[in-house]
Amino acid sequence: MQMPFRGSWGGFMLSVLTPLMKIVEIPFVLVQKFFGVRRVAWVFLAPNLILFALFAFIPIYLNFAYSFTSGGNILLEDRPDAGWENFRTLTACDNYLDPNSCERDVFWRALFNTVWFVTLQVAFMVGFSLVTAIILNREIRARGFFRSVFFFPVMLSPVVIALTWKWILQRHGILNASLDAMGYEPVWWLVDRQWAFAWSVFLTVWAHMGFYTLILLAGLQAIPRDVYDAALMDRASPWRTFRHITLPLLSPTMLVVLVLAGIKGVQTFDEVYAFTGGGPGSATTLIIQYIYETGFGGAPRLFGLAAAASILIAGLLVILTGLQFWANRRNVDG
Amino acid sequence: MATVGLKSVRKSFGSAEVIKGIDLEIEHGEFCVFVGPSGCGKSTLLRMISGLEPITSGDVSIGGEVVNDIGAADRGLAMVFQSYALYPHMTVRQNLSFGLENINTPKPEIAGKVDEVSKMLQIGELLERRPKDLSGGQRQRVAIGRAVVREPRVFLFDEPLSNLDAELRVDMRGEIAALHKRLGNTMIYVTHDQVEAMTMADKIAVLRSGELEQFGTPLELFNRPDNLFVAGFIGSPRMNFIEGTINTDGGTSLSLTTEETVPLPSDGCEFGEGQTVTLGIRPNDLRPTDGGFMSMEVASVEQLGTDSYLYGSLKNGTAVTIHSPGQTSVSPGQTIEVGAGTDAMHLFDTASGKTLRRD
Amino acid sequence: MANAIAFLTRTRGRNGRWDWTDWVSYGYLMFGVFIIFGPILWLMMSSFKTEADIYRYPPKFLPHVQETVMVDGYDDPLPLYSIVSGEHKGRTLAQLRRVGLVAQMIDPRNPDERLKVNISDREAIESVGFAFGNYTEVFERFTLLRYFYNSTFITLVTTAIALIANSMAAFALSKYQFRGRTAILMVVIGTLMIPQTVVLVPLFMVVRELGLVNNLWGVIIPSAATPTGVFLLRQYMLTIPDEILDAARMDKASEWKIFWRIILPLSAPAIAVLAILSIIWRWNDFLWPLIVLSENEQFTLQLALNSLQGESIIEWSYLLAMTVLTLLPVTVVFMFLQKYITTGIASTGGK
Repeated sequence: MQMPFRGSWGGFMLSVLTPLMKIVEIPFVLVQKFFGVRRVAWVFLAPNLILFALFAFIPIYLNFAYSFTSGGNILLEDRPDAGWENFRTLTACDNYLDPNSCERDVFWRALFNTVWFVTLQVAFMVGFSLVTAIILNREIRARGFFRSVFFFPVMLSPVVIALTWKWILQRHGILNASLDAMGYEPVWWLVDRQWAFAWSVFLTVWAHMGFYTLILLAGLQAIPRDVYDAALMDRASPWRTFRHITLPLLSPTMLVVLVLAGIKGVQTFDEVYAFTGGGPGSATTLIIQYIYETGFGGAPRLFGLAAAASILIAGLLVILTGLQFWANRRNVDG
Repeated sequence: MATVGLKSVRKSFGSAEVIKGIDLEIEHGEFCVFVGPSGCGKSTLLRMISGLEPITSGDVSIGGEVVNDIGAADRGLAMVFQSYALYPHMTVRQNLSFGLENINTPKPEIAGKVDEVSKMLQIGELLERRPKDLSGGQRQRVAIGRAVVREPRVFLFDEPLSNLDAELRVDMRGEIAALHKRLGNTMIYVTHDQVEAMTMADKIAVLRSGELEQFGTPLELFNRPDNLFVAGFIGSPRMNFIEGTINTDGGTSLSLTTEETVPLPSDGCEFGEGQTVTLGIRPNDLRPTDGGFMSMEVASVEQLGTDSYLYGSLKNGTAVTIHSPGQTSVSPGQTIEVGAGTDAMHLFDTASGKTLRRD
Repeated sequence: MANAIAFLTRTRGRNGRWDWTDWVSYGYLMFGVFIIFGPILWLMMSSFKTEADIYRYPPKFLPHVQETVMVDGYDDPLPLYSIVSGEHKGRTLAQLRRVGLVAQMIDPRNPDERLKVNISDREAIESVGFAFGNYTEVFERFTLLRYFYNSTFITLVTTAIALIANSMAAFALSKYQFRGRTAILMVVIGTLMIPQTVVLVPLFMVVRELGLVNNLWGVIIPSAATPTGVFLLRQYMLTIPDEILDAARMDKASEWKIFWRIILPLSAPAIAVLAILSIIWRWNDFLWPLIVLSENEQFTLQLALNSLQGESIIEWSYLLAMTVLTLLPVTVVFMFLQKYITTGIASTGGK
């Protein structure tokens, strides 16, 4: 990578910034003088720590506090203590495999949806990314172009993605017109529960697979050329080369991709919400949408319940993130 | 006057003590080399002098003033780093000026000093280039230039030549020595290469595992090593070590483990009957002679034309090297007798490693 | 010529022959291009269609506009039709007005005679043409520039704050050995684990307590507190040799000066990647602005777009034009920086 800032422009910036920096420097110099060089680190950390404290630590703490209260009041001191009630209602089910038997059936439906959604999404995402990365790793003409094409949707906003596909899938959209032209019956894609769910999975795979393709491609390109040459000298068939060289050497990267896709999958909200609004019925309602709608969607705002649901999801994410760090470490060591 | 003094200086990282109490006085204008195998603490010691590494206990003084609590920037030192540590995003000129700008030197003065130094180090042509466009030797010069331009009281060099190839290293060695002569500053130079130490130093400090083994001029260290470690470390090829037991029956002699006997100098050394000692003889003091005191089986011969090296072993398997001037007719497989003059013998106590020389 | 063909078809240097794997590879890639660009292209084409064209079924790929003609005595151009059956079959007529199933039409060459034509007897004469009406109307009907300003302001300010705070923190965490460093690192990892999406409720409370609800700053400040940037930059700064810092300290540079004169310029590649990523993330942000901003005045482009499609009757003509306008900035950025972005992501994204 090239350094983008250089030359006379840099010199100009320097002359503008220098007086300002002299002022900024003062706290650093004072801390160094009175507390030693190492304590200066705290001054560097301060802005970020303040932001973290306000918008990460305090919310995490408050989330616990809210999850044990009930009622519709916003201020914590106005909210009656509910003990474990929120957690109890969330987890109260006659039969855990049947959301209808649960006290909070929408929560369980959203949970089931999310599990299904993440499973399918990760499987297709990793499968397609792997195929794409392997093809791009061949001696492909215009590789850079194709790589960018696959990455392009990653840059698009969830709302734009949702609208683009909604436009294609609407009752009189181009897909139905094509089916019509070929003599098939048009389908109400987003009114049918199964189709809406399937298209939601497709939509997120379409939008994000470019990201995982890039990571897998980087992993493939990190496999030394020599190994392939050696395999060639050993008269290994292309399939055996793939099976016994590419896949094992790529597995650490695969692991990272799997876990990362899992974490992001659980957090899916934007695309699907803008695409189907969670419908039809609650066919595509995912867990984050449940939290959003419970807490902010309408009256009454059940902050306590939303906070309790958050904690359950956070637990899941902590486990997945732990897995990611473990996978990353293996990736580095391997 | 920029003398540098260390008084029982110690350094620990957690429970690991890496510098175990060092006392040292470096005179003004001296070129002092810290030498030792890797991990001996020589670089840490240098960084402690520089102030980049805080000391755990003891005193560091520069010019007679204790500087323990003075920051690296304010000790009046300059340092040349092993990796050169040039600022990669700045041109050579900016690299040289950066330090002067930091102490608010007026611009014309900076330009003057940079010009002067770059002329002295022959880097005038490179001033507008960036470090990545320079060769190893050129980077080295810029790194030295950056130190010189600050006009420090003391120069610190941390293995500055270790990244250069052999030929360039010899050249730069000469240049740094010339620079020292011209500037006359105190310089402290860290290296693991004993040849560098021998050729450049006024004084050498040999360090091992955080302890000072010996401090003296190069020839003092070569001729009168205080212990087995210094004896083995200074001089190339390495000194030959042969173990034996002192025998004072009818004149002093040494019974080698090969059952041969070596006559020892009658004075100058202090030992007792039956003491286990190590005899050290430098390869160029050992020569093949008929009637020598021990026999050696020659395994290989290197003929360099002007010099020849014989490698072999004694009866008990101890490896021995002989360096003799000129060419030799000895061939591998031959067993020859070797001997040395008593004044070329160094005696050490095997258990403590200390010299038995009486001073 | 033969050489040129050989060059174009050469894939793995094996005598210029294609084997089936090459066909499959290029086939797959071309299909990928179709699946990814097809929808976008279709969206763009549709956005240039007139209202009638949009609801045409089956749709045509290219936008069409009806041909018109200026007739003496009429101020506006009149739409042209060809008559396919009935008594005027074969003539080309311009329509004056339509009443029920009957249209009043005239022959442009003979404007005085008014003809009555059953509407099933006529067909509109159309040609390929781009209608910009959707775009101009979007600007007229909605405070689009306001949304655009909100989005841009949030994106740029958040990115600036995040870059400054994150790079300083990354420097402290990568180049200083201080008591508590491990603890801080753990804390940063902790915040990485709990994304904002799962602490929505209390996060909203904090922002509310600070009086930032329905305020752009309520979106900006919490979004700047991302641990991702700290991690990305720290990873990069770890590769800068410590000796350079030591050299700067020996050169009497203060710690702040070391940061902004040495570390920042040397981290420029990583900072640029983070800047681009941050701009794209913040431009596309949806959930958090959705919660904080509830007044139309403060909407970002994404929120405006979403609110438009949430209405009971979707007005696709505006929606399509607005969607194109929203994706345009990101697309332009990507076109110019695509190589930089993809290599940047590949080197940092997985970590």
